[in-house]
Amino acid sequence: MPIEIKMPAITPDFDAGNISSWDIAVGDKVAKGDVLVAIETDKAVIEVEAESAGILGQILIPAGTDDVPVHSLIGYLLIGNETIADLPSAAASGQATATPTAVDVNPQSTPSASLTSAPVTAPVTAPTQQLADKQPQRLFASPLARRIADQNQVDLQTLKGRGPRGRILRADVEHAMSSKVPHAALALPATSQSSQVKHSQIRKVIAQRLVESKQNIPHFYLSVDCEIDSLKGMLKELNANAPASINSITGNKEATYKLTINDFLVKAVAKAMEQVPQVNSSWSDTAMLHHEDIDISIAVSTDAGLITPIVCRADTKGLVSISTEIRQLAATARKGQLQAHQYQGGGFTISNLGMYGIDNFSAIINPPQACILAVGAGKQKPVVKDGELAVATLMNLTLSADHRVVDGAVGAQFLSVLKRFVESPAHLML
Amino acid sequence: MKSFDLVVIGGGPGGYVAAIRGAQLGMSVAVVEADELGGVCLNWGCIPTKALLKSAELIDKIKQADKYGITVNDYSFDLSKMVQRSRQVADNLNKGIGHLLKKNKVSVVYGTAKLLGAGNIAITPAHGGKSAEPKELQAKHIIIATGATPRAIPGLEPDGKFIWSARDAMTPKHMPKSLLVMGAGAIGMEFASFYNSLGVQVTVVEALNHVLPVEDEEISNFAAKAFTKRGIDIKLDTKVLKVEHHKGGLKVHLKSGSSPADAHQELEVECMISAVGVVGNTHSLGLENTAVELENSFIKVDQWQATHEANVYAIGDVAGAPCLAHKASHEGMICVEKINGLDHVHPLNKDLIPGCTYGSPQVASVGLTENKALAAGHTLKVGRFPLSASGMAIASGDTEGLIKTVFDADTGELLGAHLIGADVTELIQGFVVAKNMETTEQELMHTVFAHPSISEAMHESVLDAYGRAIHI
Repeated sequence: MPIEIKMPAITPDFDAGNISSWDIAVGDKVAKGDVLVAIETDKAVIEVEAESAGILGQILIPAGTDDVPVHSLIGYLLIGNETIADLPSAAASGQATATPTAVDVNPQSTPSASLTSAPVTAPVTAPTQQLADKQPQRLFASPLARRIADQNQVDLQTLKGRGPRGRILRADVEHAMSSKVPHAALALPATSQSSQVKHSQIRKVIAQRLVESKQNIPHFYLSVDCEIDSLKGMLKELNANAPASINSITGNKEATYKLTINDFLVKAVAKAMEQVPQVNSSWSDTAMLHHEDIDISIAVSTDAGLITPIVCRADTKGLVSISTEIRQLAATARKGQLQAHQYQGGGFTISNLGMYGIDNFSAIINPPQACILAVGAGKQKPVVKDGELAVATLMNLTLSADHRVVDGAVGAQFLSVLKRFVESPAHLML
Repeated sequence: MKSFDLVVIGGGPGGYVAAIRGAQLGMSVAVVEADELGGVCLNWGCIPTKALLKSAELIDKIKQADKYGITVNDYSFDLSKMVQRSRQVADNLNKGIGHLLKKNKVSVVYGTAKLLGAGNIAITPAHGGKSAEPKELQAKHIIIATGATPRAIPGLEPDGKFIWSARDAMTPKHMPKSLLVMGAGAIGMEFASFYNSLGVQVTVVEALNHVLPVEDEEISNFAAKAFTKRGIDIKLDTKVLKVEHHKGGLKVHLKSGSSPADAHQELEVECMISAVGVVGNTHSLGLENTAVELENSFIKVDQWQATHEANVYAIGDVAGAPCLAHKASHEGMICVEKINGLDHVHPLNKDLIPGCTYGSPQVASVGLTENKALAAGHTLKVGRFPLSASGMAIASGDTEGLIKTVFDADTGELLGAHLIGADVTELIQGFVVAKNMETTEQELMHTVFAHPSISEAMHESVLDAYGRAIHI
């Protein structure tokens, strides 16, 4: 019987994803391990591979479809001598039937059928498994409402329709427009043209989380300048003595590591969290959650948007392994191939815009974390030391903290410990 | 004293619909009717005149029989049978309303109602009403649906012989040779069309400079030409100054134009009909016992038909223009649903009320006329399609007509649709549904219209508004 291809449950709380692309066409042969379909989640693009060889028999949900619920049947893989005639007729007509024998295989369990995905497992079930009952919600709006919304950049998704059964009417759109005057004032002059780029899932989630964070979390900010001449000296010395190895691809001789200030900051922050553990906490409605592991999220900018891969248990890792891990995570993130466990969680985020020459900035907390550290550029500046003017390389660190979790004094204590590590790296040895 | 959740005063198209809707929603309901269930519309308006106009239409068709290859050597008509049929139709429907009310367990009280305040209503039994009728009712909610009466002009009081009321015009005892119709609105033009088809020399006098003045100017001009072609003499921008009895008929003094130098004319006619608007039926309702306010004889209401008196509402003609049966019915439903706190009750948008004038040709419209749309500041796209280019109209031999559509150029909103021609009163509803659903030109263009049908002209008119008409 043809194998069902379903929208995989990538993480426990993942309930719908976008079908980014079908990598093969109907009728194409696939070998075991070939990528069948790419699924865009809120954070990454996941490729679903075929574990068994076969022929793609049918695509039920085409590429470009958004918000396809988990476990929805999206296509069929024909195996052995099966032909299109073997496809369930219900599926061929775009419908699905439920049978009492249908079994949903948990993606975490060992797949018993012949389809898996890398990096996640596509749920594989008996061929007549029902379509997930949660279909993407259809938006009801009158044609005139749609057009006026389109002409005035009003997002219908944000409106509540007052027509029958919540249908959005022209009056609803016009109401939204009239109550949106400040935005209209900020809009581009009517003469300029703006082009529309549909929101990716990642962009939507970033927007939603940032708004939630800034609206719900009482942010406060602590800022400190650190002298990093000693740190730079130490890194220079460590890098200069890095053992060399031959790159297997290029054949060039390369250093096995090149430590950066950012690598060091991950280690320093982890150690500072060890000393001020309140920072490694989260607010919940009923209780304060204190995290045991020290996991540091690193903000990585990708074409699709911001993502924060995690260096787990950074307090236990050496600088070289932290550096290597960050490099690998960033590369994977930029390819959109991070696995859920690589970006979900974390107890603290570091965001570094120093490479752009930014002196200092205040970052928005990445919930449910309580703190985020914004790192500026290291620049030579005049400083006064013992009554004498001198030159030092200063780097600004600005901590944004959730005041519900971290009080001002605790934040200040954390930042002072961190400053000590940054200014005198030898303290990390203690 | 009997108590009800809802007492509706008046059993016309507003009142009986409100009563049935109230009963559907579980209210105990009584209707107080002074005369006949169904009101003027059913008994002395919309329905009996349509029955008469059907007879007239048949006469018009017989006159053209030769065009269709049918030889009719001679024909004659029996006016009394036409009138009899018209009365029978009204009678049938009137009984039907009685059954509907009974089926919905609505009590009917025959008599006139007077509000006493605080939900109390005194009933004076109607002439011929059952003596067992209650003298007083108590109501949680009162809906006034008493309708309207033709405006009386001093010196032109109907006498049933020379000066006709609408009732007289619907039940003629004999065929006059000539008839003057005062007022070129829908009622005036329907009578003019009916009597013209019967061979009466009809003159229509209108103070404004258009027939069917509420219609789109282009349609109005089209109508004036069509009526004139049929032999109706239309005098626009003309007022009736004086009417005298003269040689077993009437001598009517007319004045055209607005300057004193304008010509006075005299016209001798056998009889005349006055159809110059209506006034609300509010007398003897006891409104002085309430806070209900009037404006130009009509009761002032809010968007939910509520008057200034708590729990007293007004619907239909008595609540103001447009004085149309379907507007009354709809207001009745909205009012009762709002009283019952239903979800998604919407105030009536008057731009969505279609208006129809029967006769030959028919006129139907919804929404803004071209001039009103321009005055409202819209940039327009206007489409026109003549029925002379419609295959179905040509096959039917009814090629006189025009379908006009008015769109907002920016949003594609269908602002108005204006139709003239045979049976367009049935076509208009397509545009009314479209407009109510807030469609744009795109949906109308993408709609498949059956071939062959007159309705294809609706599609072509929409296409024409965007320069895409196929058949012109």
